[in-house]
Amino acid sequence: MLREGFANNAIRGGWWWWWAPPGICVALLGTGLALLNFGIDEFINPRLRNVGLSQRGARKAGISLSTTLGITPVLGRRQAPPVGATPTSGVTDAVLEIHGFSVDYGYGEEAVHAVADCNLVLRRGQVLGLAGESGSGKTTLALAALRLLRTPGVITAGEVLFHSQPNGEGPAGTIDLLSAGPEQLRAVRWSEISVVLQSALNALNPVITVGAQFDDLLRAHRPQLSGSQRWQRSGELLDMVGMNADRLRSYPHELSGGMRQRAMIAMALALEPQVMILDEPTTALDVVTQREILEELMGLRDRLGFAALFITHDLSLLVELADEIAVMYAGRLLERAPAASLFHAPRLPYTHGLLNCFPPMHGRRLPMAGIPGSPPDLRDLPSGCPFHPRCAWAMPRCRQEAPPLAPLNGSSREVACWLQTGDVPVPAELARPDPVARSSERPAAVKPGSAL
Amino acid sequence: MTAAAAPVLEGRSLIKSFWVKQGRGPLARKARVHAVEDVSVSLEAGKVTAVVGESGAGKTTVGRLLAKILKPDGGEVLLDGRPAPGGRPRSYAAQVQMVFQDPFASLNPVHRVRHHLERPLKIHHLADGHVDAAVADLLRRVALEPADNFIDKFPHELSGGQRQRVAIARALAVQPRVLIADEPVSMLDVSIRLGVLNLLAGLRDREHLAILYVTHDIASARYLADTIVVMYAGQLVESAPSVSLTDTPAHPYTQLLLSAAPDPDRARAPELSAPGAPPSLLAPPSGCRFHPRCPHAMDVCRSQAPPNVTVAKGHVAACWLHVEPALRRVSETELSTAVNASALKS
Ligand SMILES: Nc1ncnc2c1ncn2[C@@H]1O[C@H](COP(=O)(O)OP(=O)(O)O)[C@@H](O)[C@H]1O
Ligand SMILES: Nc1ncnc2c1ncn2[C@@H]1O[C@H](COP(=O)(O)OP(=O)(O)O)[C@@H](O)[C@H]1O
Ligand code: SF4
Ligand code: SF4
Ligand SMILES: [Mg+2]
Ligand SMILES: [Mg+2]
Repeated sequence: MLREGFANNAIRGGWWWWWAPPGICVALLGTGLALLNFGIDEFINPRLRNVGLSQRGARKAGISLSTTLGITPVLGRRQAPPVGATPTSGVTDAVLEIHGFSVDYGYGEEAVHAVADCNLVLRRGQVLGLAGESGSGKTTLALAALRLLRTPGVITAGEVLFHSQPNGEGPAGTIDLLSAGPEQLRAVRWSEISVVLQSALNALNPVITVGAQFDDLLRAHRPQLSGSQRWQRSGELLDMVGMNADRLRSYPHELSGGMRQRAMIAMALALEPQVMILDEPTTALDVVTQREILEELMGLRDRLGFAALFITHDLSLLVELADEIAVMYAGRLLERAPAASLFHAPRLPYTHGLLNCFPPMHGRRLPMAGIPGSPPDLRDLPSGCPFHPRCAWAMPRCRQEAPPLAPLNGSSREVACWLQTGDVPVPAELARPDPVARSSERPAAVKPGSAL
Repeated sequence: MTAAAAPVLEGRSLIKSFWVKQGRGPLARKARVHAVEDVSVSLEAGKVTAVVGESGAGKTTVGRLLAKILKPDGGEVLLDGRPAPGGRPRSYAAQVQMVFQDPFASLNPVHRVRHHLERPLKIHHLADGHVDAAVADLLRRVALEPADNFIDKFPHELSGGQRQRVAIARALAVQPRVLIADEPVSMLDVSIRLGVLNLLAGLRDREHLAILYVTHDIASARYLADTIVVMYAGQLVESAPSVSLTDTPAHPYTQLLLSAAPDPDRARAPELSAPGAPPSLLAPPSGCRFHPRCPHAMDVCRSQAPPNVTVAKGHVAACWLHVEPALRRVSETELSTAVNASALKS
């Protein structure tokens, strides 16, 4: 029938009754086979059976969300609080503050609490490291703070404040990102806070050249520049990250992984942001390339003065790189300290264990244990302290009550552990002298009965 | 290296290239990727040998050549000093087993742990009649205890580390003498990597397996391995006992790798001595393949491949720096004798 239809010029002649029925049959058959295929997949691959259908979940939980495309919804969102009434940490040079931040995947009963009650303060010009194993919620935290998290991600509580002091004509003053509208978010994202993700290949458009992508970006945000000025600026940006300006003519797939990641960093720097969020920017790269890119990045930080939230699972790398490190586990922040303190004098059993997961490059080779067990499933979190099933020092209390992240007396660091609240003696491994406190502040108080 | 223990499995002067298509459509032509060139490694019982290098260095290819999953273009694979049989007969697979990087991809998601472990037992007619006991024993050897908790699970119900343990148990089922582990921990969470490395160390110490540990992480190689060999652009550039290699690296590329690796103990990371990237293996550089990046490159490096020089006991580096200046220009045949003579003297 179709062939006859074609033979009779049915499409050109507009005789739909010739080609439409058989066409629909073919289309239906294709769709049917595809659906059957999905069905078989779901049946034979048991992993897929567990995936919840979140929209249905939202309705079932009685939550109606008016979502705007590309903006993570915030549950129970109120009007924007009056400026000045928002709580701040009191840190004077803060550029990004995150308070009581919680993020779920899904709604109601099926919700997975991927980030729970997190507090973070990024200071101007600082490198803040966010360390944690894969699945601990680092990416979720960072993307949700900019409201870039895709469905079924929902922000359920907290405050994200951006204290803007733009280099150019961007918005100034404190912006509450959780009550900001699409316009405000657009003005902040990329120009003031930019993000570099692990997989640059997915972030760059594969069908247009690197130069054209720079051009699009600059044209949208710097309309006053002429075409040749944009091209020149793009070249300068590539040069800044150690790439030849010729590369503007390349397509992303023609670049090596390291080059693509450099191009991404250059694009993230194009609008001179105040904050860069780097989510595992070098994890997929070889060590030599990783080191080169990190050296360049740190050089640029010194020169341009942006603050960076550097996310990685590689704590040993972070120690060399960051000013301050926050350790995340099962969606919670469990310790925060200056990098040197955290490395030489961890106060949290998990941090101590994590540091013991990286074999040293010097000295005698000694057996190391890593951490027993494996990271918890967020759908089925242990009660109390989420680390207790793997903790060598777990006490009965740890199984019942989750410890709060609290300042450790006499220092600028925080830890969430029942061992550090002063009620019990602290094990020697978790009471090593703090190199930072020793030099600048009061030494960390030595608890009675501790090994020191 | 040492003549003391006879190697269980040995690769001698292995060569492998792949043919890849260049360009598209009718203009496409075949080009040759020199993936592995003249690589020799030997694995001893009760020892772990690590192969370290950046991605694309040819580490996986060496592992696959030794496992006879790939056929070498040149060189030979010796099992117990005898040329291994052609192809990959069952008798060879029973002695040399491979563990892969991605424990999810290597375990079929529709089968339970029991199935994965029973299959090799049945195929190789091991454990007649006592299959359940044999499976439980395998799980115990990889520290998945109690076995009843794991035996009827699907791969997706296990954590990454547990999956990799099942993959190792499956390799152990046929009672191999050699285990070739290709990046066995690089896809696992950091906190459980050491557990799997310690498991491999236990198999070496208790069961005297010969293990090839392929990795890009030189710190973990130092931790686990007895010997480390470093590969660059398809060639072996240095091999030594692991502490000697990491404490006193002799080859400029090894030095570069070490300076780039994260090391929180040092106050400041040293400046990288040789930035840049490994060369294309379609047309590798002449002479020493590292010469375009090497801060010490000399004329001779550009024209002639460096010889393997013994710089200390069991420590060999392929680099002209370790050849006496006067000997750096002689012809190749004279060279090897001269170099060996000078090495013996020192
Ligand atoms: N789309 C999703 N739906 C449900 N759960 C998710 C989704 N994306 C991530 N998660 C879960 O959220 C947790 C945190 O993930 P992520 O933020 O990516 O961690 P990290 O970046 O630390 O590796 C993980 O346990 C993951 O399983
Ligand atoms: N099947 C193949 N076909 C074509 N090229 C290959 C194949 N396998 C490996 N190669 C090439 O051989 C080189 C070495 O690869 P590989 O042994 O996988 O390195 P490594 O494991 O060190 O990353 C690479 O350049 C790779 O692209
Ligand atoms: S609160 Fe208890 S279980 Fe948690 S880390 Fe501290 S000691 Fe361990
Ligand atoms: S042989 Fe020459 S180029 Fe190669 S590593 Fe040694 S000094 Fe450098
Ligand atoms: Mg992540
Ligand atoms: Mg490989």
